[in-house]
Amino acid sequence: MTPKAAIRAEGERLLAAFVQAGAVSVEADILQPAGTLLDLYGEDIRARAYVTDDPVRGEMMLRPDFTVPVVQAHMAHGAEPARYAYLGEVFRKQMRGSGRASEYLQVGYEVFDRAAPEVVDAEVFALFRDLLAGLDLRPVTGDIGILMAAVRGLETSERRKAALLRHVWRPHRFKALLDRFAGRAPVPAGRLQLLERLKAGSPAQLIAEAGTFVGLRSAEEIAARAEALVADAETPPIKATEAALLYDLLSLEAPAAHALAHLRGITPMLPAIAPAVDRFAARLEALAARGIDVATLAFEASHGRTALEYYDGFVFSFLAEGMPPVASGGRYDALTAVLGAGAFIPAVGGVIRPGLVARLKGAEA
Amino acid sequence: MIRLGVPSKGRLMQDCFDWFGARGVVMKRSGSDREYSGVVEGVEGVVPVLLSAGEIPRELAAGRIHLGVTGSDLVREQLAEDEVAEVAKLGFGQADLVIAVPNVWIDVETVDDLDAAAAAFRKAHGHRLRIATKYHRLVRDFLQAQGVADYQLVDSQGATEGTVKNGTAECVADITSSGETLRANHLRILSDGLIHSSQAVLWASRMAEWSAEDRAAMEQLVQRLGVRSPL
Repeated sequence: MTPKAAIRAEGERLLAAFVQAGAVSVEADILQPAGTLLDLYGEDIRARAYVTDDPVRGEMMLRPDFTVPVVQAHMAHGAEPARYAYLGEVFRKQMRGSGRASEYLQVGYEVFDRAAPEVVDAEVFALFRDLLAGLDLRPVTGDIGILMAAVRGLETSERRKAALLRHVWRPHRFKALLDRFAGRAPVPAGRLQLLERLKAGSPAQLIAEAGTFVGLRSAEEIAARAEALVADAETPPIKATEAALLYDLLSLEAPAAHALAHLRGITPMLPAIAPAVDRFAARLEALAARGIDVATLAFEASHGRTALEYYDGFVFSFLAEGMPPVASGGRYDALTAVLGAGAFIPAVGGVIRPGLVARLKGAEA
Repeated sequence: MIRLGVPSKGRLMQDCFDWFGARGVVMKRSGSDREYSGVVEGVEGVVPVLLSAGEIPRELAAGRIHLGVTGSDLVREQLAEDEVAEVAKLGFGQADLVIAVPNVWIDVETVDDLDAAAAAFRKAHGHRLRIATKYHRLVRDFLQAQGVADYQLVDSQGATEGTVKNGTAECVADITSSGETLRANHLRILSDGLIHSSQAVLWASRMAEWSAEDRAAMEQLVQRLGVRSPL
């Protein structure tokens, strides 16, 4: 076991380095209102975060990360541009026998800046690389923005694009939807029967025949979706060539410079990704300017597409064998809009786990 | 002594006694009708512990009983996989944990439809689609595995079928054997909405201390019951 004092000392060192890099050190409450986090992540977060009950404040969660409170604080009264750093415990439930810590320190760095996002992406990544130098970690990068741009550019209905975008962070569901929209998976039997029924009468008539009306979901909402289902059944499948490009994109894993060449190669067939690929190119240039070898830097197009995430652009992790990611981060522009009640600012940041850094440095009790 | 937890009353107790009795292990309540104690005949080293069926999972997890009979729904909801091992399915107490929606939702037939309806519902109403249940873990694991979003579980410890009509939920995830109560409350089960098929199961606790004598008694018991020990 790494002694707690050694872990905290490592955390303090990293926090000082973030402050040195221009960040203001901030604090966040450990008890966070559960409602905000549940609305953001959905019920899935209950399996990962500790929920507790307060007789006055209602359901509260033990801080599962700092990003949400830091974004909220910035959106409420932050000046621009801003760089923040923090150090403190986060709490995550773990599977029995996983051996993973359910309470550990996180030290983080978040940048809210409207100027040249790719340059800021590179700044954050290079800072993390410098602080983690000598630990023999494997950096992996990705860019969820390219995938989202590809979906937005599909020649299909807005409804289908919205369904795919909504599930970008749930790879299993995303794939199932894409398979169906591309005609690769058969329409489920239940859906075929449903379509038969919906074609047999007007929605209003079918609703009336279904008996007593119960529930808050109105007849208009039900009818609107019934009509949309019938319309969707008549939507032609996503073209095979276009679908093939998207499947190819989902599985793209290559050194960053090579990935860029590949993406440039497919852009003429998927023109909608051009701006996102340009941003990727600008980021690689900015990374190279900071001395990062983009000819060897790992790039995975699906990196960062896991549940309980909110990244929508550049993503990165620093990995070591046999432990959770030592550091991870990314760009989360959309989150600031969700939490900002209409306001929006591009944001990128990341966290390091001082406990893992200390363990890698061999700080033993 | 192996402590064997069995339901202390009602149909479940009788079915349980019958199942063991049919295999030559006779369980009886001892003392007066109101006293919760019992005896086992036909096998050595086993003592019955009469408990509320709902408490048996907790007692298994705590290791205070070695064996226990209770529904697989309760065990899957409350315990981790490695806390208990299944000894035998008993073939009674069958009931299904299912997702049911208002029958007037003519556009919702599958979990996939529910997911899409939840997205639209949240946009229209400003809150997530509410699913009333008392099986939070089973329902959440099921919906997470299917990648469903924009829903919210609301706790309902009883009369769950009534929550939709009462306006406290949009749909339910509840246990049913015939589906009649659901239908009577104008609800319909999703065609792929089966979350868990439950029945009474004899469980062995991995958390209890099993002495050499207990293990010997267990060998005798499983032979008598015609099943294999999972320990």
